[in-house]
Amino acid sequence: MTDDNAPVGEDDLLAFVDGYLTEARRLVVIRYLEANPAVKARINTDLAVRDWLRQRLAPIDDATIPDRLRVETILARRQETRRRRITAAAASVALLLAGGAGGWMANDLLRAHPTQRQQLALAAAASDAIAAHRIFVVETAHPVEVGAAQQQHLVQWLSRRLKHKLVAPDLSRQGYLLMGGRLLPAGSVAAAQFMYENGTGTRLTVYVRAVEGGDTQFRFLAADGLGAFSWVDEGLGFAIVGALDREQLLSLADSVYQQLDPQRRPPPGES
Amino acid sequence: MTDLAAEIEPHIPALRRYAWALVRNQDAADDLVQDCLERAISRWHLRRPDADPRALLFTILRNQYVNTLRQKARRGPHVDIQDAEAHIASDPDGERSLLGRDALQALSTLPEEQRSLLLLIAVEGLSYQQAAEVFGVPIGTIMSRLSRARASLRALIEGGTRVTLRRVK
Repeated sequence: MTDDNAPVGEDDLLAFVDGYLTEARRLVVIRYLEANPAVKARINTDLAVRDWLRQRLAPIDDATIPDRLRVETILARRQETRRRRITAAAASVALLLAGGAGGWMANDLLRAHPTQRQQLALAAAASDAIAAHRIFVVETAHPVEVGAAQQQHLVQWLSRRLKHKLVAPDLSRQGYLLMGGRLLPAGSVAAAQFMYENGTGTRLTVYVRAVEGGDTQFRFLAADGLGAFSWVDEGLGFAIVGALDREQLLSLADSVYQQLDPQRRPPPGES
Repeated sequence: MTDLAAEIEPHIPALRRYAWALVRNQDAADDLVQDCLERAISRWHLRRPDADPRALLFTILRNQYVNTLRQKARRGPHVDIQDAEAHIASDPDGERSLLGRDALQALSTLPEEQRSLLLLIAVEGLSYQQAAEVFGVPIGTIMSRLSRARASLRALIEGGTRVTLRRVK
């Protein structure tokens, strides 16, 4: 497009309609259209359609922003949700006692109410996350399957296997750097584990797998010096595990929650 | 806080217009915009430093819309409430008005991707680069898709016009 006298192509015609041509190029296109009436008619229709659409939709622009869409309103509501989430986390210790009981759980699962069933599924994911944490953080030779140097590959690979778009959360502001991650079995499906380490060699893991049902609040689970916060967000169950106290873990969980956004783009071809 | 408002709020009228054009119902459109803003605000500090805020907001809004479409598809067919007429500007020129309504109706029969592309580029004035960010494809792909979308819309409108003219005779 730098050569103003190059032959007029489809891209020029598009850019002509959308007003992205340089003045010199625009004149070339106009001359071309004068010489090609069929194309000119087509372009005129495109221009007319564009103007009609703009005109039809213009009144929507005039309306003032309703209160519920103001940034200030949304921030205030967010603050309130976060406060409730933290309160709920504090109140959830009782669930842990149920979490370890194991044997009767499968039986109970069959009878449970959907939300209870989901909480049990979440508790199961959390205890799997703790088990996986225990096994792999002590590894010195092979703590991760794919290292952070290949982060892009790691994330693509795990996303593909979990059939959800994942992100490796960045916890560097809290002093934890990504070491890498691995794929784990979780019943008949796949789970992902990301591992982090801080300057003093403390490791923590973020565990992810698909969980059915709606979003949940944060749940705290503690076992043998390890703590875990788990939650379900848009079809994915998350657990962050580490030998940390609850407050530290909660702020890390909050950070992961905001980053591991399962905002799934529709797969190509669908929609 | 106020910085965030200053960055985001100027785009809200455009987001509402795009959402309305997609769902043709003001409440449903505002629900969509609200979801979009909540998500945008909670993740705003995580955006890439070179991210274009306008493209980012439209990306989130469109993804939310596509997700609702897929949920609806899973739940079976639905009927959209069309309160379109209430929002359509009065147009003194009768023929234009007829064609104008046709353009909007024709648009609503196109697949989501073509509809969004035309709305974002032709109405909201997104650049091809911004559209490429919204759809997550290269600029060249945007241009060829735009070309196809314009061809589809043209065919629908020209077909509609012919029918109308025949009826007028």
